[in-house]
Amino acid sequence: MGRGRLSDAYTSGVYTPCTVLLMSIGHTLLGLLESGPRHGYDLKRTFDEKFGQDRPLHYGQVYSTMSRLLKNGLVEVDGVESEGGPERKRYAITDAGITDVSQWLAQPEKPEPYLQSTLYTKVVLALLTDRSAAGLLDTQRSAHLRMMRILTDRKRQGDLADQLICDHALFHLEADLRWLELTAARLDQLAKVVAP
Amino acid sequence: MTLLDSRTAPPAAPESPKPPARGAAVLRDLGLGVRFAAAGGREGWIRTLLTAVGVGLGVALLLLASSVPHLLDERNAREQARSETQISDSPDTNAPKSDSSVLRINTTTEYHDRTVAGYLMRPDGSTPVLPPGVTGFPGADEMVVSPALRQLLAEPGNELLRERLPYGITGTIGDAGLRSPGELLYYAGSDTLTPAKGGHRIDGYGDSREGDPLPPLLIVLTVLVCVVLLVPVAIFIATAVRFGGDRRDRRLAALRLVGADIRTTRRIAAGEAMFGALLGLLIGLVFFLVGRLFVGSVEIWDVSAFPADLVPDPRLALLIVVAVPLTAVLVTLVAMRSVVIEPLGVVRRGRERGRRLWWRLLMPLAGLAVFGFTGRISAYEYAPEKPFGIAAGTVLVLVGLALLLPWLVEACVNRLRGGPVPWQLATRRLQLSSGAASRAVSGVTVAVAGAIALQMMFAAMNADFNRMTGQDPTRAQFAGYSEDVTGEAATSAIERFRATKGVDVVIGSVEAYASKPGDYADEDVQPTTSLTVGTCATLRELARIDACEDGDTFVVHPPGDKDMTAWVDETARKGKVVEIGSGGKPMRWTLPADSPTVQGRKDPMGETHYGIMATTGAVDAGKLPGATISVQIRVDRSVPDVAEYVRNTAAKVDPGMRFVTLDSVERDRQYASIQTGLQVGATAVLLLIAASMLVSQLEQLRERRRLLSVLVAFGTRRSTLGWSVLWQTAVPVVLGLAVAVAGGLGLGAALAWLIEKQVADWWLFWPMVGAGGALIALVTLLSLPPLWRLMRPEGLRTE
Amino acid sequence: MIPEGSLLAAHDLRKTYGSTPALDGASFSVHPGEVVAVMGPSGSGKSTLLHCLAGIITPDSGTITYAGRELSAMSDAERSALRRSDFGFVFQFGQLVPELTCVENVALPLRLNGVKRKAAERTALEWMERLEVDDLGPQRPGEVSGGQGQRVAVARALAASPKVIFADEPTGALDSLNGERVMELLTEAARSANVAVVLVTHEARVAAYSDRDVTVRDGRARDLEHAV
Repeated sequence: MGRGRLSDAYTSGVYTPCTVLLMSIGHTLLGLLESGPRHGYDLKRTFDEKFGQDRPLHYGQVYSTMSRLLKNGLVEVDGVESEGGPERKRYAITDAGITDVSQWLAQPEKPEPYLQSTLYTKVVLALLTDRSAAGLLDTQRSAHLRMMRILTDRKRQGDLADQLICDHALFHLEADLRWLELTAARLDQLAKVVAP
Repeated sequence: MTLLDSRTAPPAAPESPKPPARGAAVLRDLGLGVRFAAAGGREGWIRTLLTAVGVGLGVALLLLASSVPHLLDERNAREQARSETQISDSPDTNAPKSDSSVLRINTTTEYHDRTVAGYLMRPDGSTPVLPPGVTGFPGADEMVVSPALRQLLAEPGNELLRERLPYGITGTIGDAGLRSPGELLYYAGSDTLTPAKGGHRIDGYGDSREGDPLPPLLIVLTVLVCVVLLVPVAIFIATAVRFGGDRRDRRLAALRLVGADIRTTRRIAAGEAMFGALLGLLIGLVFFLVGRLFVGSVEIWDVSAFPADLVPDPRLALLIVVAVPLTAVLVTLVAMRSVVIEPLGVVRRGRERGRRLWWRLLMPLAGLAVFGFTGRISAYEYAPEKPFGIAAGTVLVLVGLALLLPWLVEACVNRLRGGPVPWQLATRRLQLSSGAASRAVSGVTVAVAGAIALQMMFAAMNADFNRMTGQDPTRAQFAGYSEDVTGEAATSAIERFRATKGVDVVIGSVEAYASKPGDYADEDVQPTTSLTVGTCATLRELARIDACEDGDTFVVHPPGDKDMTAWVDETARKGKVVEIGSGGKPMRWTLPADSPTVQGRKDPMGETHYGIMATTGAVDAGKLPGATISVQIRVDRSVPDVAEYVRNTAAKVDPGMRFVTLDSVERDRQYASIQTGLQVGATAVLLLIAASMLVSQLEQLRERRRLLSVLVAFGTRRSTLGWSVLWQTAVPVVLGLAVAVAGGLGLGAALAWLIEKQVADWWLFWPMVGAGGALIALVTLLSLPPLWRLMRPEGLRTE
Repeated sequence: MIPEGSLLAAHDLRKTYGSTPALDGASFSVHPGEVVAVMGPSGSGKSTLLHCLAGIITPDSGTITYAGRELSAMSDAERSALRRSDFGFVFQFGQLVPELTCVENVALPLRLNGVKRKAAERTALEWMERLEVDDLGPQRPGEVSGGQGQRVAVARALAASPKVIFADEPTGALDSLNGERVMELLTEAARSANVAVVLVTHEARVAAYSDRDVTVRDGRARDLEHAV
């Protein structure tokens, strides 16, 4: 178990929050569509309102994502409106789309630091779509713990440098875990806020 | 340049309040302490209450002790008031016969080891004097009785006593006529009593003479009894003040955290202790007053008292009121010297240096030195200052023992290693802090050592007394003597004793004077000796007779007494006439010439008989003028109530018969009452100490609740912890008892030497050791239920 | 009901204190030599579960099986004997007998099992050596640091060669470094001696020393990895 590998495994995951976020925008928009067909503009507004407080979504992002989802057959065009304005498409989620959202929610994220935004999105979506947010959090906790167990194991067998690096990761993961626990404890409160 | 360097205070800062004056601060802190004690929540209250109840018990005992002088005064006064008025210095002088005079005879008897005092009285006229407490003179075959006797007679199972007092009850003797509420007393009326039957004429009650001053030895004893009982009480009060001390220390630490200095904490602690002690004084007063109400119905070891007799001596009471709170404060301050209360907790110190031995040895040695200076004291010597020397020496030795104990406990316990788990837990605990245990046990030590020493002293005195009387209770257990029963009745009386249930042997003899006939001038003494008539069996008990047949007569010489031998031979001339009987008309009788001469021997009463002895076939006992009978009775002790059957026979033969129980220990009544007081007090003190040990034990268990639960989790057996509790009590108590026994024996031997007696019994400490064992068992047993309760797993949940 | 090969298993435990349910249908199992972390928020019933599993308290209903024997069918004395012989305990604090020396504390379970003093203390010293506290032998618990004391407690739990160690927040009163060291030594010693460990903790980093974790929530225990 070399030191290089260990640090690689860790650093490769640390500075990719944006990618993670981009990858989850499609699932998020899909999830929003589950409650009913919407216009692209509606989707952007709802997304900004629920998840994009400090970074609103670009229109371009919405439409590029939607076209990717259309191409993958996860959404379909429900109708086109053009009441005295630009042409507006209404999107609806397909059965394949619903399955995709479910899978995404059930799949724990790879435990790594700075996950909160993705996890938060998932929790809110789960609440919005009446899926089990608690189960989602539990699954994530398990995944985190498993990771921590692996790191602990590596730490035990490694030298001081390994120990220090592993500890850094462990403390971060622990912070995530605490956040998961706290969120789990506040699910009822959160549900009232996001889906009144 | 930092802020700390600037000398000028920030202008906006408010002026800090001036520290209060010293006196005011002291008052404030004391008041704070009182408030903590009074309003410290449930825990605080429990602690205060424990201290107060402990102090209260001690105070009640002290008040009781301080009432003893008044109690004794009152009892003596009543006793004096019912004694006959002496009309001359000679006690046998009869009062002149008058309308108010009364003929009476002491008919005091014993029933089931209790004395039933009584008089048979016959009025000479129509207005006989009445003893105190009696309103009407009892008619013939009637009696007035004390309430206790009335109750005893009414109880089932006392038929034998009713048979002995076959009089109708016509009245009750009032309190004024009784020494104590439990006294058994009766006055019975008679119409047959005469001076010839032993009646004594009196004409008034109330003995105005000063009572005899207490002999010096009794003063020594009384002072010692007080010391032996009160030192443990003082130790107990000092222990009670420390109840809950650990919790208090932690609270004071919390006060230090918010800025109280050490002096303040001490004053607060003093205030708390003072409050507890003052509350204790009140509680003690309540205990005393309430106990006083019931004291009349309580009787321990034949001691009872009228509530009205229990009045504390005002000076002693004042001393108690001042000394108890002062002691409480002092003890608290001394106890806090070994503890440093830091803001973040309590640090115990003094562990680094073990207890020192040398100064603890000073006190007992000083005590022995005082004995040496005082010197020996004889029973009849008048030396008013010596008792106090002895008492002071004893106090020094006893307190010295109490001081020696903590050192000894520590020294012994520190050498203990290993052993089974409970033993290990207990000894390790004691090694860590043996102070609390030693303090409680030092009370036991003083009580037990003192009791042992005093009992040895009693035993030495009694042995002395017994040596003087020389009674031999294996040959006879009862002896009677009557002047009333003469003639035919004498022989039949002996037969009646013989026929009584449980009687093995009766040494019954009829005695009369035998003198050499002739006329003698006033200055000459008529040679006189005694004639004893009895069966061969009886005579063999009185003289060394080999061959005896009915009809034989003997001349008996007192062994080793030449003068008396000559005197006997002067009277008892073989083949010559002797006159028998005194006063009236003597009977003439010829002593057979072939009467052998033998040596006398001591009878069971310890008296040597000599003179002329005749078998019943040689002299007709029924016809001897002025004869008296004397019986000595050996019984089969296995027959239940045998003593009562014999006494009933005696009462039937002659109610005025002087009838005594010979026992190996015949005590002077005054000595007996002191010994009784000692036993009562020692029991009370041991109970008190058991209570304080129990409280500290429970306190300790409660603080270890969590640890106990952890031990239960391990699967520790209850019995393991039970045994450890037992050892924890037993080790210090056993050490304390060892010190007490050694010290007590030494002190007892020293005291016996001082009063010029020999130690009669080295084994008197066994009962006290037994009491110590009972104390261990009691404390352990009472600790077990709370221990079981604390051993439940719930303790793991309290964080 | 009882998972295959498990050493200690509980099924559908219920326990109520007054009117508050502490356990409400909790199930649990541990295999020989396995380290299982029991996690959950305060008041979730973790400690109650541990106390039930160790036979310290009896559940109102449900079954606990240890090595094929039903725990609730045993008398108090039998369960105490079982705890002496087969179980070891580590608690958060206040578990060492303050008046006994450290080595005597470690030897205590052995001695309660009837081992002679000398032999017990020799074994105790060996375990203290493994936990790197053999130099504390003659000292009293009050004279050693929290971390040292906790290692002494771990040595004590292991000394009588138990089959299961119950550890209730064993690092709760320690800082990270000491806590980690205690956990490392505990799990290492337990694994090498094939001792199962039931570890109650609310700290993820402590739980990370386990092979598996179980979460107790509202009196129910869930094994998330194996149940879903």
